[in-house]
Amino acid sequence: MSVLAPLAPDTGARFARLNPVAKLTAAIVVLAGLVITGDPVTPSLLLAIELAVLPFTGVRAATLLRRTWPLVLSVAGLAVTNMIVVNGGSVLLDLGPADVTSRGLESAIAVWLRLLAITLPGIVVLATTDPMDMADALVQRWHAPPRFAYGALAALRLLPLLAADWQMIGRARRARGLDAGRSPVGRLRLFGSQVFAVLVAAIRRGVRLAAAMEARGFDTSGERSVARPQPVRAADRWLVASSLAAVALATAVSVALGSWAPAFGG
Amino acid sequence: MTNDLSEPRPVQVDVRGWGWRHAGRRAWALRGVDLHLEPGERVLLLGPSGVGKSTLLAALAGLLDPSDAGEHEGTVLLDGQPARSVRHRAGLVLQDPEAALVMARAGDDVAFGLENRGVPTGQIWSRVDEALRAVGFPHGRAAATSALSGGEQQRLALAGILALRPGLLLLDEVTANLDPAGAALVRRALADVLAASDATLVMVEHRVASVLDLVERAVVLEPGGGLLADGSPESVFGRHGAALAARGVWVPGHEPVVRRRAPAAAGPVLVSADAASFRYPGAVRETPAATSVSVARGEALAVTGPNGAGKSTLALLLAGLLRPGAGTVSATAQLGGPRDEPRLWRWRGRDLVRTVGTVFQDPEHQFVTATVRAELAVGPRRAGGAAPAVAARVEELLERLRLAPLADANPFTLSGGEKRRLSVATAIATAPRVLVTDEPTFGQDARTWRELVELLADLRDEGRAVVMVTHDDALVAALADRELVLAGP
Repeated sequence: MSVLAPLAPDTGARFARLNPVAKLTAAIVVLAGLVITGDPVTPSLLLAIELAVLPFTGVRAATLLRRTWPLVLSVAGLAVTNMIVVNGGSVLLDLGPADVTSRGLESAIAVWLRLLAITLPGIVVLATTDPMDMADALVQRWHAPPRFAYGALAALRLLPLLAADWQMIGRARRARGLDAGRSPVGRLRLFGSQVFAVLVAAIRRGVRLAAAMEARGFDTSGERSVARPQPVRAADRWLVASSLAAVALATAVSVALGSWAPAFGG
Repeated sequence: MTNDLSEPRPVQVDVRGWGWRHAGRRAWALRGVDLHLEPGERVLLLGPSGVGKSTLLAALAGLLDPSDAGEHEGTVLLDGQPARSVRHRAGLVLQDPEAALVMARAGDDVAFGLENRGVPTGQIWSRVDEALRAVGFPHGRAAATSALSGGEQQRLALAGILALRPGLLLLDEVTANLDPAGAALVRRALADVLAASDATLVMVEHRVASVLDLVERAVVLEPGGGLLADGSPESVFGRHGAALAARGVWVPGHEPVVRRRAPAAAGPVLVSADAASFRYPGAVRETPAATSVSVARGEALAVTGPNGAGKSTLALLLAGLLRPGAGTVSATAQLGGPRDEPRLWRWRGRDLVRTVGTVFQDPEHQFVTATVRAELAVGPRRAGGAAPAVAARVEELLERLRLAPLADANPFTLSGGEKRRLSVATAIATAPRVLVTDEPTFGQDARTWRELVELLADLRDEGRAVVMVTHDDALVAALADRELVLAGP
């Protein structure tokens, strides 16, 4: 859950005030640039650039690491899998049924760097963007359906209540004499029925929320107006242009060094 | 479409031969209702619980959709137009403010309705500020809605409706879910709002006395169809007061009377808290702060104090459902639990269920089965009762708490009063020596209130310990042998 909670960004920071859609576009540019790349040089250059600009986004590296280490770890896990699966080149380590080869190691490092370089901008965007601003910008700039954007936003508000429901329902069940004791089967069954109970509570909340939104005219087919305009400013264009330039630069250096390789085939 | 919104005009209401049947039900929720309201009239809508007051308000708000939610007859007209087609003329505020708020920040929440109605950007924020001022909202636009007290949330919900400038204001028990201080603030805000507005008003309220000066007419719905009474509040209460009170309406001068019984001398201590306290993760203070209190046989203990003092948390501690952060909560041998473990929070569920019963503030949290009958059998079975004994106990409880006609109903489909009775019944099903209740009388009509107080008194007189966390002064006066007042934050 801690990954989902906002990273307590400084909302006054310049970066936080950029149009969320521009931030999202920049992250997508990096993603697109790296999805087609299979070598370790391009992602390491981009990751270096990302880390260099991180201080300007208002996100503190220490906080970021503390809150996202499960993510970093799972990305590393993916890389290790890759290392064992890919074969070729000289054998570095003989593990019996699976060998670690030089090709495998190189591919693992490339995968790890790529995934980090792709996810870091995404995390920074989420961490520095108020969900309300994101919904506004998606609706106003990308013409996302308001029903979807604001519906999801309102549902997001219910998440912490879900955690409270879980605890209270657990206590109430203990009070009714329902606890699992030592049997693992009992534990699993109790867990299942408690998940179901919380789900029922969540659906009831959702239905009530939908009714509240309808009561305030959310379902009318008439034109909605905008309380918080999300204009695209010069700084937003600069951000997107810079992300394009960074991807182009990293790719060009990699090509010049002769190390560039496509992600698939080759 | 937006032009008629900028000038709020009071709405004329015309209900003719109206009836509604919820989808999948055999009986009509309401039938044969005829009601005419002149623009600007202020009406209190009354009737026993379950008579369809909320359904009528939803119909006036244009929120009942015959195509998927039920079947209707007759018409509901606002200024001569079907209510469903002029929905923007009415604004409905409901009982539970938590369910009414949509956005994370107060200002955005009020703005939400204005955006939906297509109010131009340039006017939105002045109307938001105006509405927040009108209800006396004490914080700025950026206040987090989740951090507000119930009274503040309800005033914000009211602001969200007022910003839309409805010509017909509909209030469905808007103070029923609030503590006395929050309810008083909301009533004051309502009085201010109504004094400054000429909107037509229809309100539903259990606690009649508190809103009498806001209305000029009282209408009583008759169970089964039509109106029982219609007139000035004085004449309606004068003629039908006793009948209304018998059906559960809190009528001034007809408050339920419970004969206060002298308690037997308190017996031995069953559970005691020693400097027990608890701090929620991320909280700056302990709620409750270190508290020492004992719970004894044949004694009713009331735990009172302002919101945020930790009353509900103390109830969880005394019920063995929460491990104290500091201090201890221990059971004596008199409670009859496992002999080798005095720390209540370490007991197994099946030991707890036969010794300590807990009634949660929200009854829905504690329902675990699909029928009322099965719900009552859970505790006795977990406590190790034999099948015939469990069945006999269930029948006894069904009778004692007037739940027999509902034995096969799903607990979640019951009315508020019925849910409360069921939750109390499940907690006492194993005849525990200690009963811990959190706001047992909260939001109940007068009839359920009297039944609950008498039941709790019976339990005390049987020699059980009854703990009541409550804001209800009348409950404390009627039942408490001892009162523990927790200090506020």
